[in-house]
Amino acid sequence: MSSTPFWRRYARFFGPDPSQDVKDELAFHIEAKTDDLIRQGLTPDAARKEAERQFGDLRSVQRIGQRIGEKTERRTRLGDYWTDFLHDIRYTFRTLGRDPGFAVISILILTLAIGANIAVFSVVNTLLLRPLPFPHANELVWISPPPTDCGWSCSTYSADAYEEFRDQSRAYQGVTGYEAFTTPENFRLTGHGDPVPATGIEVIGNFFQVLGVQPALGRLFTPEEARGPSVQDSTGTPVTILSNAYWRRQFHSDPNIVGKAIELNDTPVTVVGVLADSFDYGAVFAPGAKADLFVPLNLEQERMWGNITTLIGRLKPGVTVAQALDDANRVAPDIYFNVKYPQSRGRYKGDLVPVPLKDYVTGKLHRSLIALWLAVGAILLIAGVNLSNLLLARASARAKEFAVRGALGAGRGRIVRQLLMESLVLSGAGALFGLGMALVIIRWLAHQGSVALPLLSALRIDGQALGWTVSIAILTALIFGLLPGLRIAGGNLQTVLKDSGAGAGLGRHHERVRSVLVITEIALACVLLVSAGLLLRSFYKVLEVDLGFRPDQASSMIMWYDENAPTPEAREAKRAPIFQNVLAHVGALPGVEAVGISDYLPLGPNRSWDTPIPKGKVFAPGELPEPLVYVISPGFMRAMGIGLHGRDFTWSDGPNGERVMIINASMARLFWPGEEPVGKILMRDQTEWHVIGVVDDVHEESVEGSIGAQVYYSCLQQQPSRAQLVVRSSLPSATLAPSVLRTLREMNPEQPAVEFRPIRTIVDHAVSPRRFFMLLVTAFATLGLLLATLGIYGVISYSVTRQTSEIGVRMALGATAGRVQLQVLASTLRLTVIGIALGTLFAIVVGRSIASLLFATSPWDFPSYVGMILALLLVAIASGYVPARRASSINPMVALRNN
Amino acid sequence: MDTSKLEFLRGTLDVLILKALVWGPLHGYAVTNFIRRQSDDAFLLEEGTLYPALWRLESKGLLGSEWGLSENNRKAKFYRLTPEGRRQLRYEVKTWQAYAAAVAKVLAATQLPEPEEVR
Repeated sequence: MSSTPFWRRYARFFGPDPSQDVKDELAFHIEAKTDDLIRQGLTPDAARKEAERQFGDLRSVQRIGQRIGEKTERRTRLGDYWTDFLHDIRYTFRTLGRDPGFAVISILILTLAIGANIAVFSVVNTLLLRPLPFPHANELVWISPPPTDCGWSCSTYSADAYEEFRDQSRAYQGVTGYEAFTTPENFRLTGHGDPVPATGIEVIGNFFQVLGVQPALGRLFTPEEARGPSVQDSTGTPVTILSNAYWRRQFHSDPNIVGKAIELNDTPVTVVGVLADSFDYGAVFAPGAKADLFVPLNLEQERMWGNITTLIGRLKPGVTVAQALDDANRVAPDIYFNVKYPQSRGRYKGDLVPVPLKDYVTGKLHRSLIALWLAVGAILLIAGVNLSNLLLARASARAKEFAVRGALGAGRGRIVRQLLMESLVLSGAGALFGLGMALVIIRWLAHQGSVALPLLSALRIDGQALGWTVSIAILTALIFGLLPGLRIAGGNLQTVLKDSGAGAGLGRHHERVRSVLVITEIALACVLLVSAGLLLRSFYKVLEVDLGFRPDQASSMIMWYDENAPTPEAREAKRAPIFQNVLAHVGALPGVEAVGISDYLPLGPNRSWDTPIPKGKVFAPGELPEPLVYVISPGFMRAMGIGLHGRDFTWSDGPNGERVMIINASMARLFWPGEEPVGKILMRDQTEWHVIGVVDDVHEESVEGSIGAQVYYSCLQQQPSRAQLVVRSSLPSATLAPSVLRTLREMNPEQPAVEFRPIRTIVDHAVSPRRFFMLLVTAFATLGLLLATLGIYGVISYSVTRQTSEIGVRMALGATAGRVQLQVLASTLRLTVIGIALGTLFAIVVGRSIASLLFATSPWDFPSYVGMILALLLVAIASGYVPARRASSINPMVALRNN
Repeated sequence: MDTSKLEFLRGTLDVLILKALVWGPLHGYAVTNFIRRQSDDAFLLEEGTLYPALWRLESKGLLGSEWGLSENNRKAKFYRLTPEGRRQLRYEVKTWQAYAAAVAKVLAATQLPEPEEVR
């Protein structure tokens, strides 16, 4: 065999061709054989025939050859690829190892960006994309009236309405609900030393069955238990089901808890089950709150209490929400508020509107979450651009290396692949660390029980999040690794090799690409900054809202008292001295400025009763609102810091005295526009109620919402549902808490050790979702700004390096250091200004699209834009200054000599 | 064709090919010639059947191949033994010889052996 001939070099120019190889090989055999036979004396024709005969079935051999050839080819190609791949990886690690600064910075950038993306994706996935944590969750609907001003009482249903709706509707497999007016810590766990507060939810008997929640231990409520005695009246043996968390916390995961009796409010209650860990009532129905245990809601007892329950339905398979709405509209006219009162038939017309439960739980967050997602996407984009920039800078520095490799025979594809491999390794590492970062963030978020966002406790990194991670990592690597790769591979090797001197790269063209990248970065940072600015301003506007009460220096504790008596009058008679006594004692504590009691506090649960009518005026039905009702003690207004015009209740406004009430300013304006409301009379069921005072409008439902009518009754004349003690004091609540609790215990040993919560925490809780989103977007904006800074610095610094000799010449010719600095700063500012101009345009578009997330802030909000521009300019100058200093300190002689 | 020639024993072809390449790279036609001549045309060999055997050995890694020029300047595919092929050949030769010796010994017998003693 001789050495590879000239033609072989081109024989498989277009890649290997195993089938042709086989043909060639066999043809050679036949020809060689024919030659030999001719030499033995046969004629050429006969020789060829004989050769073919001796060979046998040429075609089938050929087919076998092709098959084997293809298989081998595939294997070889795979083998080659694998070898190249390993080689690339080794090479990548070596080159990255040689430049650890670059590796660390790019991995850090990617970690932050990818980590933030995974975390936000997990939040979005849990809150928006994933179904609620119930089996066939898409069948679940929340049934409620359209929103009104009269609070929870207008968004709930009576026991009769529930039953009628359940029985008449055809769309549901099951309808259930829970008592809507449950307040935290409404139970006392007694029997073991000091009573401990517990939060119990009263649920309609089939609640868990309809939701599809399984017990981890024991069983769910039976229909008999649902009708049977409840904890509230102490007949028979009441039952309860514990939440998994409460069972673990309070009962140390006692495996034998089922069947045992625990003591609630001094009554023995049998535990029949413990719920599965996957069910978190608070996460779905009461964000930011927890539920410890569940007791059956006794509909018989509640029948006379008006609207008390929410409605949740499970649609029959295949029934749509629209069909369910039709069905509800069909039955609504026949539904009674109370079957005993025929005129209450049809009161719920138009008020039975099913929406997917998921929409009820997370629908309001939709826009915020999408905005968050976009923000974090922008971060990824900025990080990617930054990475691209860094890779490009590095590629320029390595242009020689690539040129040499190219000259030695490395194909363009191979070099691009090498660069891609580098960005893949970087983004892979970034994704890995980012995943770690996201895990930490998610774990932290999942334990933010105080943030009033639903489903937070269900947050976790799951398969989808992992898939998301991998795909964004690869995408980032591809997009941002490819650009420098193509630029390098497209470069002219000759030019590069000829080019010499410090910082020689791919020249001006290259720099233009990098400038475009930086401008993109700045523009994106602009959008983020403006969005963050708008949200931040909104948040402060929300904090500045006049709540109608002064939350600071006031704290509250649930107070337990025993007013058990047969008649309302007897209860009132028993209650009054208890309240008066408690207020006197707590008020006498050192440091206490004011003290009072209300049954409900603002920004929590609320209720309405009826519509008082101004005496002597006639209104059309439905024209007057149903005000929210608060039953308070004398002194509450002062303790809560609610401004009062007229007079407060006194202890002499007793059960037998004149009926008195206080109304809020909105109601006064509505009922008696332009008149003095104090002294006016309101009619409630033929009884005259005297308006003795008008108070400031209090934000009862939400900090951001509008305010409806509110009325306050004295606890001596109406029965409060419970007692929330409010204490105003300049002492910190933690200091005051023990003495307040001790005072309450002295008067009622049954008082459990409930939390003494600053009123501020109630407000914080109410604004926590806004704070949450604002903080996240601000964090992203800061990150964006940081990355943009890095980008600007990188480009300017690189261009200074590249122009070292040019600057040297200019300085040798007499340019002053100041002039050189100015020039560098000017080019920095040029990039920044272009970026800001583009970014402002973007920001205007984005600002308008997030207008619905803003509060009292225009999407054109001037300070946000000015702030953004100032921040970016400042950052640009700062990041341009360092390279500018370096440029001006170039020693002309050294610069020129080095060249 | 002379039908008295031995039927080709399946599997034997592989070892013959390996043997043919012991002295250096050969193209397929040369391998055929080697086997034909060396066996004094003893094997009935459809020449075509050689190639699948060659390719199989190549894909198993026992043979390597390269295109080159034949004696009369035609392009031809040359096969050579890989180290593994060489090892395989040694092993097959040993096995074959043991086998042949055993067969020969049986065939050389002149009488029934004494029955083995059973205790």
